[in-house]
Amino acid sequence: MDRTALVASTACFLLGFAHTMHALGARVYRRSLLNFFATFCGFLLQTVWLYQRGQTVGRCPLTTLFDVLVFLGWSVALIYMATGATYRLSLLGALTSPLVFLLQASALLMPMPVLEKGVSPVNPWLEFHAAVSVVAYGAFALAGIAGVMLLVQERQLKTHKLHSFFFHLPPIHDLATANRRLLYFGFALLTAGLLSGLRQGMAHVNLLRVVSISIWLLYAFLCIALGVRRIAPRRASWLAIGAFAVLLLTVWTVQIVSKG
Amino acid sequence: MEILCLGLSHHTAPVEIRERFAIAEARAGELARELASYPGLSEGVVVSTCNRVEFYAVAHEPGRGFDLLRQFLCERGLDVDGAGFFERLADDGVRHLFRVVSGLESMVLGETEILGQVKKAYQAAQDARATSRHLNKLFQRAFNVAKEVRTQTNITRGSVSVGSVAVELAEKIFGKLTSCRVMILGAGETSELTAGALQARGVKTLFVANRSHERAVALAEKMGGSALHFDDWTSQFGEVDILIGSTAAPHHVLTREKLAPIMAKRRHRPLFCIDLAVPRDIDPAVNQLEGVYLYDIDSLQSIASQSMEERRQELGVCQKLIERHVGEFSDWFAKPHPLGNPVGGLPMRNNGGASAPGGAASGGTAPQSV
Repeated sequence: MDRTALVASTACFLLGFAHTMHALGARVYRRSLLNFFATFCGFLLQTVWLYQRGQTVGRCPLTTLFDVLVFLGWSVALIYMATGATYRLSLLGALTSPLVFLLQASALLMPMPVLEKGVSPVNPWLEFHAAVSVVAYGAFALAGIAGVMLLVQERQLKTHKLHSFFFHLPPIHDLATANRRLLYFGFALLTAGLLSGLRQGMAHVNLLRVVSISIWLLYAFLCIALGVRRIAPRRASWLAIGAFAVLLLTVWTVQIVSKG
Repeated sequence: MEILCLGLSHHTAPVEIRERFAIAEARAGELARELASYPGLSEGVVVSTCNRVEFYAVAHEPGRGFDLLRQFLCERGLDVDGAGFFERLADDGVRHLFRVVSGLESMVLGETEILGQVKKAYQAAQDARATSRHLNKLFQRAFNVAKEVRTQTNITRGSVSVGSVAVELAEKIFGKLTSCRVMILGAGETSELTAGALQARGVKTLFVANRSHERAVALAEKMGGSALHFDDWTSQFGEVDILIGSTAAPHHVLTREKLAPIMAKRRHRPLFCIDLAVPRDIDPAVNQLEGVYLYDIDSLQSIASQSMEERRQELGVCQKLIERHVGEFSDWFAKPHPLGNPVGGLPMRNNGGASAPGGAASGGTAPQSV
């Protein structure tokens, strides 16, 4: 299958990434529409590629690590596009391009698996489960970014050393809110995905199901800690970053083990 | 035809001199009109702020403009000789205006208030029909330059006073300040200024506690807040987001031991402590508590100085940008106007609405007697 659209999409995100880094390096980061247009074009090309891939395999393209990484990048871009202008034009929005670029570049470094159209009928519940779960991962990725930004901003305020990006980072209060909302939103999607997966029955306990439930439990703990225990924003940020790292590691491990 | 600027500013004259030449806002338009109709001159704008008084005009004959301008002012009882007036001719005058509107000639480098003041002065001159092709183009270009300087350089970045640094930090912690509650411990002048800066950005609830309750009441009334007895200040402390300390106490009024249990009850709502007192009111160890951000007078001043230094470093970039615009304006000015340039001391009709960018199209060419 042709990967031109995917390469072009990655180039768009690289453009956004380069613009963000250059602007921060030159200490004149301004709200810019360039990032938005780069991400918009990248998102359209991602969608084209995922559509073609879906047509090729005859289902939601989420069967290999390659596909999962691209779909995760698409989810992050989707949330970026769906959120308001304030988010899009802030540094939080600008950091979406680097994240999606890294996800897709990692995918492109691998050989693209050649897949044949499946002969078995498509199970819509499983398709829904897989797609919604990956969109939830996108929300968790953005929660992690918000967490990183909160920790950076907090450190600057505590140490009284204000770097140039201090002026571009959103207030701590807003970052804590974004972190919390993205975690709740992601958890709601993850729960919907898990329930649709459970609808297929859990009689056969396999690695994928154990992993799905473990990730759900991890984020359930995080959401309870946020909502009931009211953990401090700083701790919530660390947990959001740690949980997403665990999530990525787990997805990668499952793919390796499944291949083995 | 040449553009000229005669003026004085805080760089060249002390306030005692500047106040003698200050022109009331209501009079600026009228004076500009008189300037524009003075024999040998056409078009005029009068800029008068607390730091500068400047007269912009277009002279018909090169070399005579400043004499005419001085004569014009002398006839109106404004004797400029020996008062510290400077002269800026042609490109120097253009460059000077671009620097003024960009805040490069201001007392606080990079301040943006001057742009609004010059816009008002230009508007007054326009309303009085004292501007036409050249000054319309010049001032419209100047406003574009100011915008470019502000958006493409860091000349306005950061805060350069203790009060504005405190506001900026508060906004980086809480976002909008409208729901923030402020407590002042000790009714000092700096704390009042800082609280005033916070109020200007939306803070509505203010508590004042002072050893002398009368002073607390007086300050609270002045700022629209509530006075507390000094011994009771901790009773409201759980609700406070920003604490300003400026008492004359010889010891720490707020210690880590005192604050730790209060912070535990605040459910991670951050607390911004501004310690303006010397000796300090707040134990530096409170900064180690989660959610507490402590700044003393030295750290606030250090941030203000750092911002000022960063602004100074931007001067080269601003000057380069301004030079490009001076060159472009100079090229435009040197081109012959298709309908010819007016002569004979008659200002040109403004056409009633020269606010379009570029200005050239809006300045009419028909002579108008005034």
